[in-house]
Amino acid sequence: MADEFLLKVYVAAAVLMMVGMALLLVRLIAGPALYDRALAVNSFGTKVVLFLCLFSLMNGRQDGVDIAILYALMNFIATVAILKFFRYRGLTGPMTSLPGSSKFDRLREARRQKEAS
Amino acid sequence: MAADNTHSAPANPVDIPWDAVLEWGLALASTGLIVSGAIFVLAGALGVLRMPDFFTRMHAAGMTDTLGAEFILLGLMLQAGFSQMTLKLLLVAFFLFLTSPTATHAIANAALKSGLKPQLGPYKAPELSEIEGKTPSEGAH
Amino acid sequence: MVRYAIILALVMLLYWLTLSFYFEPLIVGFGIASVLFAVGLCYRMRILDSETVPYMHTMTTIGYFGWLFLEVVKANFAVVKAVLRPDMEISPTLLTVPTPQKTDIGKTMFANSITLTPGTVSMDIDDDGILVHALLAEMADPDDFVEMGQRAGFSVSEVSS
Repeated sequence: MADEFLLKVYVAAAVLMMVGMALLLVRLIAGPALYDRALAVNSFGTKVVLFLCLFSLMNGRQDGVDIAILYALMNFIATVAILKFFRYRGLTGPMTSLPGSSKFDRLREARRQKEAS
Repeated sequence: MAADNTHSAPANPVDIPWDAVLEWGLALASTGLIVSGAIFVLAGALGVLRMPDFFTRMHAAGMTDTLGAEFILLGLMLQAGFSQMTLKLLLVAFFLFLTSPTATHAIANAALKSGLKPQLGPYKAPELSEIEGKTPSEGAH
Repeated sequence: MVRYAIILALVMLLYWLTLSFYFEPLIVGFGIASVLFAVGLCYRMRILDSETVPYMHTMTTIGYFGWLFLEVVKANFAVVKAVLRPDMEISPTLLTVPTPQKTDIGKTMFANSITLTPGTVSMDIDDDGILVHALLAEMADPDDFVEMGQRAGFSVSEVSS
């Protein structure tokens, strides 16, 4: 009894989330700046993670949640990598053109020496 | 999952079937959490579509990532019970809790450093009659 | 250094056990081997410091997250109301919030909490403080952030001034 009811709830929540994903796709295509698109992709990824969790509980299988964990981490890394690429036009170099980064490096080096001693 | 219908029918009419009460209580609690979380997610997506400039859209997207996600995952955790699934869902919630504000901050900082100016001061959505006749790119920054 | 290595190894071992959930000696042995490999890699990269392993007093941190969750719920309704109103009355504001925290991890916790609360996003940080973009004008009061700043500093076991 309760199971059939919950299945309907899952399907309703999944449909609501798909409507939200469709709205985000509109922003992804229409977004005037690059950053709107990056934001839409990041938010879309969060919804994909939630959708995977719902879907795997709907089936009673655990595989979806593993993929959801991976997707959550990959989504974050992909967002940061895209932003870094479009700011420095490359992914390998250090972030030296960041204002104040040299000060940050000095602080980190000082703390490392303090901890080593 | 609470799939088993193993609880037997009550022996006499006064006897309360606690198994069924617990099952339905959990089901209703997770229904409330999941549906309200999905509504928050939908409201966040609507905000990303409606808001006037990038920095305000960011707020709507961040709202989705925090409360909508946590509510849905809490509701699913109630259904998963004490199992490995709950631990995995807890991990998903923890990672989302840590990474989503960091990603929002990264996008905001990149947009600010690239020279995108936030639109400040009071703002009201234009009436439908004002929008008609304008080109779609008018709202862009 | 040894303390960081031990804590990192314990956390990674717990992560392995959560994801695999097989408690046979062979599989757990594989897990221990890969954890040791990862810790050795971290040692070789010289990143075994307080940034890779932000050891915190766990109970106060969990209590802080509970308090923060209530704040997030309260702020969320204001943002949802602003989004769903047909005329959408918003007034974006910029303000600078001072950071009383002493350590880097305390400042990170504070900025992350500001971003996590809907309606306020931390955009930049320098010596003056955190540049915050607020969606509504009534959220842009620097006095409102004082309590959150103190709690954020306390949650990572530093005494805020």
